[in-house]
Amino acid sequence: MAEVEETLKRIQTHKGVIGTMVVNAEGIPIRTTLDNSTTVQYAGLLHQLTMKARSTVRDIDPQNDLTFLRIRSKKHEIMVAPDKEYLLIVIQNPCE
Amino acid sequence: MCRSLVWIFCAGKLGRRERSDKDEGLWNCCFLCLPGTVFSICCHLLHATLPQISPSSPVPTSGLSLAVIFSYKRSVSVGRGTRKRDEDSGTEVAEGADEWAQSKATVRPPDQLELTDAELKEEFTRILTANNPHAPQNIVRYSFKEGTYKLIGFVDQLAVHFSQVGNLIPKDSDEGRRQRYRNNLVTGSEESAKLVISEAEVVEEEDEPKEAEAGSQTDVPAAEAAEKVAEELMTPKQPKERKLTNKFNFSERASQTFNNPLRDRECQMEPPPRTNFSATANQWEIYDAYVEELEKQEKTKEKEKAKTPVAKKMGKMAMRKMTSMESQSDDITKVTQAAKIVERMVNQNTYDDVAQDFKYYEDAADEYRDQEGTLLPLWKFQNDKAKRLAVTALCWNPKYNDLFAVGHGSYDFMKQSRGMLLLYSMKNPSFPEYIFSSESGIMCLDMHMDHPYLVVVGHYDGNVAIYNLKKPHSQPSFRSSAKSGKHTDPVWQVKWQKDDMDNNLNFFSVSSDGRIVSWTLVKSELVHTDVIKLKVEGSTTESLEGLQLYTVGCGTAFDFHKEIDYMFLVGTEEGKIYKCSKSYSSQFLDTYDAHNMAVDAVSWNPYHTKVFMSCSSDWTVKIWDHTIKTPMFIYDLNSAVGDVAWAPYSSTVFAAVTTNGKTHVFDLSINKYEAICNQPVVAKKKNKITHVQFNPIHPIIIVGDDRGHVTCLKLSPNLRKMPKEKKGQEVQKGPAVEIAKLDKLLNLVREVKTKI
Repeated sequence: MAEVEETLKRIQTHKGVIGTMVVNAEGIPIRTTLDNSTTVQYAGLLHQLTMKARSTVRDIDPQNDLTFLRIRSKKHEIMVAPDKEYLLIVIQNPCE
Repeated sequence: MCRSLVWIFCAGKLGRRERSDKDEGLWNCCFLCLPGTVFSICCHLLHATLPQISPSSPVPTSGLSLAVIFSYKRSVSVGRGTRKRDEDSGTEVAEGADEWAQSKATVRPPDQLELTDAELKEEFTRILTANNPHAPQNIVRYSFKEGTYKLIGFVDQLAVHFSQVGNLIPKDSDEGRRQRYRNNLVTGSEESAKLVISEAEVVEEEDEPKEAEAGSQTDVPAAEAAEKVAEELMTPKQPKERKLTNKFNFSERASQTFNNPLRDRECQMEPPPRTNFSATANQWEIYDAYVEELEKQEKTKEKEKAKTPVAKKMGKMAMRKMTSMESQSDDITKVTQAAKIVERMVNQNTYDDVAQDFKYYEDAADEYRDQEGTLLPLWKFQNDKAKRLAVTALCWNPKYNDLFAVGHGSYDFMKQSRGMLLLYSMKNPSFPEYIFSSESGIMCLDMHMDHPYLVVVGHYDGNVAIYNLKKPHSQPSFRSSAKSGKHTDPVWQVKWQKDDMDNNLNFFSVSSDGRIVSWTLVKSELVHTDVIKLKVEGSTTESLEGLQLYTVGCGTAFDFHKEIDYMFLVGTEEGKIYKCSKSYSSQFLDTYDAHNMAVDAVSWNPYHTKVFMSCSSDWTVKIWDHTIKTPMFIYDLNSAVGDVAWAPYSSTVFAAVTTNGKTHVFDLSINKYEAICNQPVVAKKKNKITHVQFNPIHPIIIVGDDRGHVTCLKLSPNLRKMPKEKKGQEVQKGPAVEIAKLDKLLNLVREVKTKI
């Protein structure tokens, strides 16, 4: 248990990371380092997107599964790692 | 004639009143003169009077009205005039026969149409026809044949005044017959019922008379019987005739029973518990379900196979514990996998350029550099906990090419502290995947080829331990102890061997206490066997009581032959290299006077079975052919050489690291005398590089220094040259080529030597 906490802490303190959040299977944020409104927004939107991405991958080949989803935008990069029950979202500013 | 006279009389009577001019005269003269004309006049008058009479009494005139319709003369005018005086006729009749003669004068209304006699006599014929007066008579249709509109000769004259849909159907039509049949059935049943009743009645009647008047009434029953028969005869003929109920001798009785009062009884139960269930059925969801089923089946199979009564209980207990633990544990633990992935992603972002370099960068400048190459620094791995500990061992994982193990300890005799075993993945340079700590410094480590999760380490205090990466405990799974025959001096090298005949894990260790020990993992215990004791030759002295004392050499490095299983080399502190065999415990197969100082590393060539290499703190690296006592190649590197390693992709490439922070890469096929790459790798010169390892797959090497840092470097293309393709010849790849390559070189050297 402590390991995960540590890992999350490390991610949070990593260079360029703006925020992290853990969202459950229904799109409700469990843990976050950002403010409430932003979290809720991110959680809802990314949850849907992840579901869609996952169903796309699996529809093409049911033996396949989504490992992670990266959305790179002008300002920063959103990384989503889906799990069976949870979704881990990290927003990082890749330093360039 | 009298009749006519009468009529005339009447007419005259009436006519008296009218005192019109012309007609009066007419009347009078006609009357007097001619009988014929009298008739006509009579008729005339008749006609005249008719209209007068007609309004008062319609009946008498009915017979004559036809005549009026068909042909009438224009004497109506006269009649009209007389009509007006109708009311007065009664009173004035009595008055006078005198005036009767004058009464023939007709009075005309002022707006009456005046017509001549001829016109009056005109007959108009009106014909009744059956034509529809409203039907048009001028219907035209366009005839395509002639291209004009044509009158239709015959026009439909039917005018419907009233229509009503009735419900009469002809008897002989289908529907009619059907209905008749149905009716017959009904009546037939009624009839039959009635018949039955009637028969019963008849029978009863028969019985009663029989009983009542036995003798005399025989006729009656007979008659009744006859009637009955007749009835019977009748009824088959006309079974469908309904018996009409006679009002007089038919009585119907009815009685009404009480209507039971109705009651409503209701009972309400609790609604069954309901849940809403919704799911999607995708292709992959179905696939998932099947996979789960499969796994369950496999699990049950395994359970059945591996069941023992004790194990069962234990298993159950463990399961229960597990499940309870899981339910109690925090939800966040389930994010571990995702967290790991994300951490790697984040690192990838941060070290994006490095990752790109690792994958794709090839130093283009190598083309111009003749034959030299460079080492491109990639990642740097370090951990706070191991900051002050030197890297004492490096090993790549045979299965996962991005995973490597770093052993931390201390070479300093005075400063001995704890040790650490860290496993890093190249995908996450910022934090190790696994961390193990130990009390004593780790001096060496090795990963098993077949079981990549087993790591054996040798400690400074002489212990050996096996770590199981599958189990996340920080403690080693198996450990040697003083009882189980640990070394008395630091263990300098450990190496896994093939599983022995009982499929037990097996490894060797060499230590400064002069023992080479074979450890076997038997039922979770380490059992040791002394393979060989390193005796320094020529040092045996005879002492009292015939004991042979010998000085023990300190083994510092060893390596096993790749193909000849029992043969291995041991390097000692004295600088000697012994070729030993596992089977001979007391004698060496061969001895090489290798170095002046302790041998730090020995390594067989991965391709060539005869060649091995050794390095030492005496600044030299030597390459040997094990059949020849003298080295083939000697390289002086100006600093104590910490480690030397062969490249996995070529038989002629090797790397050596020195304590002055430099890494040297040699390629014997290119340059026999010098390094083709000579590069300071660590930042500060104070950092001594202790170990080097080539990655089996990727063109990178990891270098560990005594500050606890591990640097990953990429080899430039020049350093990894493959034999060039000659025109028209195919490039052969494979060990044979490498061996041949090295052989060529060796032969050259040997020739030189023999010449000398």
